[in-house]
Amino acid sequence: MSTVTRGFTGRRRDDPKLPPGQYLEHGFPVLQAGPTPPVNTATWTFTITTETGGKTTWNWQEFTALPAEDITTDIHCVTQWSKLGTHWRGVSVDTLLMSIETNAAYAMARSYGGYTTNVPLPDLRDGKAWVAYSYDGKPLRPEHGGPARLLVPHLYFWKSAKWVTGLDLMLHDKHGFWEQLGYHDYGDPWREQRYQGD
Amino acid sequence: MARAAVPGRLTWRVATVKEAKDETATARTLTLDVPGWPGHSPGQHVAVKLTAADGYTAQRDYSIGSAWPTSGAEPDRLEITVQRLADGEVSPYLAEIAEPGDQFDVRGPIGGWFTWDPSDPRPLLLFAGGSGIVPLMSMIRTHSQSGAKVPVRLIYSARTPADVIYQDELSQRQRVSPLTVTYLYTRAGWAARGILPARDARSYTTRLNAKILAETAFPVSATPATFVCGPSGFVEAASSLLVAAGHAPGAIKTERFGPGG
Repeated sequence: MSTVTRGFTGRRRDDPKLPPGQYLEHGFPVLQAGPTPPVNTATWTFTITTETGGKTTWNWQEFTALPAEDITTDIHCVTQWSKLGTHWRGVSVDTLLMSIETNAAYAMARSYGGYTTNVPLPDLRDGKAWVAYSYDGKPLRPEHGGPARLLVPHLYFWKSAKWVTGLDLMLHDKHGFWEQLGYHDYGDPWREQRYQGD
Repeated sequence: MARAAVPGRLTWRVATVKEAKDETATARTLTLDVPGWPGHSPGQHVAVKLTAADGYTAQRDYSIGSAWPTSGAEPDRLEITVQRLADGEVSPYLAEIAEPGDQFDVRGPIGGWFTWDPSDPRPLLLFAGGSGIVPLMSMIRTHSQSGAKVPVRLIYSARTPADVIYQDELSQRQRVSPLTVTYLYTRAGWAARGILPARDARSYTTRLNAKILAETAFPVSATPATFVCGPSGFVEAASSLLVAAGHAPGAIKTERFGPGG
């Protein structure tokens, strides 16, 4: 039961695209825990490590030569802003996993700078997740995770790890950076899974 | 801190406004009584949920400005300082309409990364842009309340001296604590409007740059614990300058707020 607040009327926005508790943002706010790490595409790599330790690595040239997709999607940040109809280009995680044998149920995304976040592997498959390197037709800027970030738009945006450099496939779930600090393991914006226990 | 935050389920609690105090023309501090508040570490936030008479709700996170417990040793009390945003939905209510006795729901504390531990032996280096001072003020208050001895330097960027939040308290604390404050005023023309800067602190009338950083921050050799909070552009600039000057990226914690709110 919510406490009714005297004098508050609020601004009604009945946009069905906005999950509960979110407001519409036209800018592109930045959320991160430390300085923007310098990531050079000359040395950039992306590595998928399976539960048995097998590694598949792409360098920038190989990665950007993979079949890419244009993605138009809404994004939802746990800090309550949502941005509708954003345009990205990147490689589907399906494409990356195509030739990889795994029985893993979870993945840990790892980033330059040390950030991590955990996502169930099925949430990265079937056209639901990408490694994106372009935003609005331009190379992805460093403060938004460039040169490449994970894009998992159906979950709160902290799951879309910036400066991503790999996925560790895991049989069992583990907490990533924000998840250790009390944020939700799954992070579905439509169920308002912001913090543990939501 | 027996009641301090551990990750776990966050429950909504009723907050009652105890006091409302204007800090600047657009920022106001609300003192809240929250029975059962579990305590917080300096730097953490609280989620505020406002509910209209018809059940419509709007929710935002705000940094907590007070130490815990507050200096009156009130475990159920916390303060937020809210900057009114022109296009905001929640901030205009909190910064203009809320009065003592008004109630809304809060939950927290939220965020366990951008926090300072009073037992940290490193010098404390703080960079505030605008209302980014709020969580850093919680650290400064906790520093004096805990009796920590490490030196603290605050570099605080505001548009004009009239936009500085907590100026009197910062002046006072400079006299009694190992705290040094430097102000950066980024908007020209305030002197002509008769606005006076703080006289007891070094100030510059420009944005942060490498030269000011070298003159005001602890040197790299002092290995400070560094916190940067403010609008995204300020945080990007300050953290990039720090890294370029040789400070370890892992010792710099940042918190940004974008537009909206």
